[in-house]
Amino acid sequence: MTTSTDPLLSVKNLRVRYVSSRGVMDAVRGVSFDLGREKLAIVGESGSGKSTVGRALLKLLPGSAKVTADTCRFEGTHLLDLSPKAMRKVRGHRISMILQDPKYSLNPLMTVGEQVAEAYRVHHPGARAEARERALAQLAAVKIRDPEHVYGLYPHEISGGMGQRVMIAMMLIPDPALIIADEPTSALDVTVRMQVLAILDDLVKERGLGLIFISHDLNLVKSFCDRVLIMYAGQVVEELKGSELDEAKHPYSRGLLASLPRLGERRERLSVLERKPEWLIEGASR
Amino acid sequence: MSTDLSSAPRRGLSHWLSTDEITSGRQAAAQRAYWGFVGFMGNPLAVIGALIILLLIISAAFAPLVATHDPIAQNLRAALQPPSAANWFGTDELGRDIYSRIVYGARITLTIVVLVSVIVGPIGLFVGMLAGFVGGWTDRILMRITDIFLSFPSLVLALAFAAALGPGLENAVIAIALTAWPPIARLARAETLTIRSSDFIAAARLVGASRLRLLFRHVLPLCLPSVIVRLCLNMAGIILTAAGLGFLGLGAQPPSPEWGAMTSAGRRFMLDSWWVVTMPGSAILIVSLAFNLFGDGLRDLLDPRHSK
Amino acid sequence: MTAPMLEVENLSLHLGEGTRRRLILDGVSFSLKPGESFGLAGESGSGKSTVLRCIAGLYRHWTGTIRLDGEPLAARPEKDRCRLVQMVFQDPYGSLHPRHKIDTILAEPLRIHGMGDVDRRVDRILTQVGLGPRFRYRYPHQLSGGQRQRVAIARALMLEPRILLLDEPTSALDVSIQAEILNLLADLRTELDLTFLLVSHDLAVIEHMCHSLAIMRAGRIVETLSRETLAHGTPEASYTAALIKASERYDRELAGVLARED
Repeated sequence: MTTSTDPLLSVKNLRVRYVSSRGVMDAVRGVSFDLGREKLAIVGESGSGKSTVGRALLKLLPGSAKVTADTCRFEGTHLLDLSPKAMRKVRGHRISMILQDPKYSLNPLMTVGEQVAEAYRVHHPGARAEARERALAQLAAVKIRDPEHVYGLYPHEISGGMGQRVMIAMMLIPDPALIIADEPTSALDVTVRMQVLAILDDLVKERGLGLIFISHDLNLVKSFCDRVLIMYAGQVVEELKGSELDEAKHPYSRGLLASLPRLGERRERLSVLERKPEWLIEGASR
Repeated sequence: MSTDLSSAPRRGLSHWLSTDEITSGRQAAAQRAYWGFVGFMGNPLAVIGALIILLLIISAAFAPLVATHDPIAQNLRAALQPPSAANWFGTDELGRDIYSRIVYGARITLTIVVLVSVIVGPIGLFVGMLAGFVGGWTDRILMRITDIFLSFPSLVLALAFAAALGPGLENAVIAIALTAWPPIARLARAETLTIRSSDFIAAARLVGASRLRLLFRHVLPLCLPSVIVRLCLNMAGIILTAAGLGFLGLGAQPPSPEWGAMTSAGRRFMLDSWWVVTMPGSAILIVSLAFNLFGDGLRDLLDPRHSK
Repeated sequence: MTAPMLEVENLSLHLGEGTRRRLILDGVSFSLKPGESFGLAGESGSGKSTVLRCIAGLYRHWTGTIRLDGEPLAARPEKDRCRLVQMVFQDPYGSLHPRHKIDTILAEPLRIHGMGDVDRRVDRILTQVGLGPRFRYRYPHQLSGGQRQRVAIARALMLEPRILLLDEPTSALDVSIQAEILNLLADLRTELDLTFLLVSHDLAVIEHMCHSLAIMRAGRIVETLSRETLAHGTPEASYTAALIKASERYDRELAGVLARED
């Protein structure tokens, strides 16, 4: 049983290794973290393994990936030990994932409302009318002004920001305890991004969800997330409070922050990150 | 797909082929070819296809050496002999050695395949690229013409042409070519449409590249691989159509050893002498299959969208 | 007062046909002095990239006036324009021909314009963008995103243009690579005395690179402001103010305000 003090998700020494004919590639090397009912950011550059962590938790990696962990406990169950069938259940009911571009995640031949209703009926068979009601309520919950109208629109008729809201509405139908969002706002304009973030923020506050927010945007993460994990080459090099991101100590984190142009703090030149081999806490992987 | 061995330094050819320090255009091309070759060798079925095609080419080129008999020499006393040490695939109703006829028949098959490809490839490519690149009315007119040709059943159209022009190898080639170019044109058009709107074409326009340059230097190299693959996959169909025309007596004329015509002639003796039909029939089957396997392997190699 | 290097006056453009014909640009005007760096910012669909494409000659049916170095664009021969204006595209993966070697890509502009000394020029430009001659015989797929963008910049510089149009040149890159590319562009600007027109959705990038900027929305320029005004966050238009605030940090209250305005 989980009590309120236990973390929602506890990961110890998570490793992901790709084995192919070209050799062995370690994408994630010993990542550990606990997640409560909070917004946790995983930031890093492309190839740092940040997305792989999210997908490994949901077992969404291709067969060539070997995932191991000392602990990977979610609500008292060990995720890595689950059968594919049991995992599907967790994936649908308790953990949801939001991806970068809603355009590729929505079925172009169904109206967005039907897709949300469909998500409800997968978990609660029968009851068409009730599914519609729930779908409309859910669209309203993600701050869509005219749910009745939007219900009948096809994916190509809605904007990117609206699409991302519909995706979130769909993810919320089964009432998950954890949301993994992989770059959910990087395809969106700043003003729209702000609104989508507000929805996620409210969900965490009001429903007590856990949110893993995978992003490359340090500036955003600083103001949005409670805690930040900074990843480099498959390892977490530093863990900080979001608000204290500017006081990062690790040379990689500092390098990343220094290379970022910021409004109102213009420098003549941006400093360039130099990567050092000694940043790898563990040289060659076991 | 051979690598240029002569230009490599004597030590470390494999190093020269795999290093990142590329010092010449020739080395870059050699590396590309080498890695392509390595990739192709990883596909056993495609390699088998390539070997069979190679065998076909060798037997066509060296037919007099490979064959054991004269393909048109008759020997009525030895008619319809089953396969034996003297006649590996047996003999036909006129006592001709079937093995030798199949070997010489490879020449006819290859001639048809090469001639059709040489006619169809450039025409299809040109029509398709022009339609896709220029767009507007040019596109509409060219595509309607393509549709008209596409709507004829190919064997029937080939039959009509062969009947109108008279039976014979050349006319069979023309007839097949007429029905084989529209799919190539469609493919080339579709490829061109996606390429046309890409940034690298915009960039080339910005540096002042002429339309001709865009078409031949930029669009063509990207259309070419899929067209080659398509042609290769089409070859099986071409061989079958040619054999069909031969079977109906509208292709190569007797006594030339065309595989289709051989199958057709043997059909009367099928019940008593199975080898007369089976041997050329198997040749058609195996060579068609080989072209398909080879084409599939080539697609994996040339078209990044299909590779893993 | 120096004469403007690039002058855009009342630029308008329609795209599409029949009932789907839409006004993409609506009376856009701005001008750049030689050596200046000017930014166009705005959200998707604001038409900021379309302005670049009109100046580059990729769209031709616009109305209004575009003057390059004092002379209307329409009056210039095409080759002349190529020697004056070049462009760097957003996606480094899509802007290089996948089957051309870097050598071919860089030498092509020289061949088209009949410029000699190809070998030396290609080697020199590769060094100038920080890659070095050893990249000459590689294919784009053998390079990283940042390296490709350097090649794209090198290609744009081959014809020694005076104006460089930069269409979100770093938005597809990681921040550390973005810093390298922005530094490179800044160096090249002073070294070669270039005039920059930079399009970006990232106000911080524009503030870093540009002396002044225009905010675009739905095909119009909302406001033209200086770097200092942007840095102090004191624009005149409320839309600009919202954009600046939204770019700075996540703010729950602002999100509520934006949602109501939407």
